[in-house]
Amino acid sequence: MHPAYSVILFTTASGAGYGLLALLGLTGASHGSASDFWFGAVSMLVALGLITAGLLSSTFHLGHPERAWRAFSQWRSSWLSREGVLAVATYVPACLFGLLWVLPGSNETLLAVLGIITAILAMVTVICTAMIYASLATIRAWRHWLVVPVYVIFSIATGAVLLFALASVFGRSGIPALGVITIVALVLAGIAKLVYWIGIDNMKPIYTMGDATGLGGDVRQWELPHTSENYIQSEMGFRVARKHARKLRMIVGACLLAALVLVWAAFGFEGDAAPVFAVLAVLLVSVAAVVERWLFFAQARHVVSLFYGEQSV
Amino acid sequence: MTTLPDTTKPGQKKLGLVIDLDTCVGCQACAVSCKEWNTQGYSAPLTDLEPYGPDPAGAWLNRIHGYETGEGDNARGLHFPRSCLHCETPACVTVCPTGASYKREEDGIVLVNPDTCIGCKLCSWACPYGAREYDQDDGVMKKCTLCVDRIYNENLEPEDRQPACVRACPTGARHFGDLGDENSDVSKLVKARGGFDLLPQMDYKPVNKYLPPRPRRDTAGGVKSTPLETVGKGDGSLAERVFSWIDEVLS
Ligand code: SF4
Ligand code: SF4
Repeated sequence: MHPAYSVILFTTASGAGYGLLALLGLTGASHGSASDFWFGAVSMLVALGLITAGLLSSTFHLGHPERAWRAFSQWRSSWLSREGVLAVATYVPACLFGLLWVLPGSNETLLAVLGIITAILAMVTVICTAMIYASLATIRAWRHWLVVPVYVIFSIATGAVLLFALASVFGRSGIPALGVITIVALVLAGIAKLVYWIGIDNMKPIYTMGDATGLGGDVRQWELPHTSENYIQSEMGFRVARKHARKLRMIVGACLLAALVLVWAAFGFEGDAAPVFAVLAVLLVSVAAVVERWLFFAQARHVVSLFYGEQSV
Repeated sequence: MTTLPDTTKPGQKKLGLVIDLDTCVGCQACAVSCKEWNTQGYSAPLTDLEPYGPDPAGAWLNRIHGYETGEGDNARGLHFPRSCLHCETPACVTVCPTGASYKREEDGIVLVNPDTCIGCKLCSWACPYGAREYDQDDGVMKKCTLCVDRIYNENLEPEDRQPACVRACPTGARHFGDLGDENSDVSKLVKARGGFDLLPQMDYKPVNKYLPPRPRRDTAGGVKSTPLETVGKGDGSLAERVFSWIDEVLS
């Protein structure tokens, strides 16, 4: 599948934003009001800013962005519509929670309830994003059971590193729970992605050109219907060379590992170097997420390629 | 509304095409006629980008592939028109977030409303058959409408109330009718010729059917075909030797 940059940017940026938002919600629910006004305000702004930037970038690839509001109507059948509805719905408890969290003297119970609702809605939105892909029968690599978990884990891992970096900048890199959550999330992200890659590499083809054309047996293509590439080929026929894919996968792994080491180091140091390490970790985990998402698209083969010369998928 | 209508009712109309892979000669008349009608009808405009440039591109609703099957003497080439199959349970409709993509209850035709489509392209990802092409210039998705603006059009002569591709095909390889009605001509044709579905495993339940190429025959009109090499294996006469000498010189 063609990896559209707007979609990659959208899923990674909003993923990180929702992950951060969910963790902030849980922090508020467990620890009450933000320990520092500026820490709370900046964190909330980063989370909502990433989400908003992601949502806006997702409209860039639309043919008619001015009609985007129509996408809220078909939540009964469409995961894309559900995602839109939930994305907007999440703003309501998130903004209320953010306000109560940074202002002193808020009601703890109300804060906890809002924090938990925000966290749940944020994660359900990420699940909807993943389901847009995981529900397509035409792309087998996206039907893998780990597609949804990987979206959720990457959202939490990128959000956790962000929160860790924000905390470090505000002089709080030594919070044990946050350090542990961040490191565990990074490890899980790496493992889940590795298992997914092994899974799709070992997928046995189940559809052949004989099935697609109904002619059965051995079918070969001898003439294309058009002289230059058409929409179907450019959108669905994108293929990344295997050796590039391997290199890119290694970059994802290396970035996750390096981010993990940096978080660990920042956690231990607690000194002036901590924020620097933590911010570097944010950069690395962002690279990992973007490359991982690019591969998610670029390596996925569509059933329609059977009509265009692919023997089996 | 992108939830699917209930099409299991008895007597449900299922309009569609039956395409004969035996008689299609790959002349592209259907594709051209489709383009010509639809660039001014329901799907207008059906944009072409750089039509006279080195790398022309554009939205077409019908594409004719060429495939080869079999080995050796039994190898055969065939032409394979591909367009929307107006599936009974198509995910292209249910994934649409806006309701622009829909399946009509009254006749099963799958359409895109060009006034509400946001051009998100998700429906084209959900179609296994590559039947939807995005019109980059118009910013909306285009697909076969089964010539909904012809088949019910009372301004046209009755014989023209068929999809443009069916009307254009010079070999009669395309048939249009109600595949929900067991007694329709198209249904009978499918039965008689063993019409089949494309990718039935995917369970989109295509309405359009394809007719397989007829088995190869070694006799035509009762006359046995003779391998070419044996034609003119002569009687050894002078004339025959002169001709074979000329043949050798020339070849
Ligand atoms: S052929 Fe494709 S576009 Fe047409 S109804 Fe079936 S799934 Fe939808
Ligand atoms: S491209 Fe248009 S018709 Fe297709 S899913 Fe998106 S809004 Fe619906």
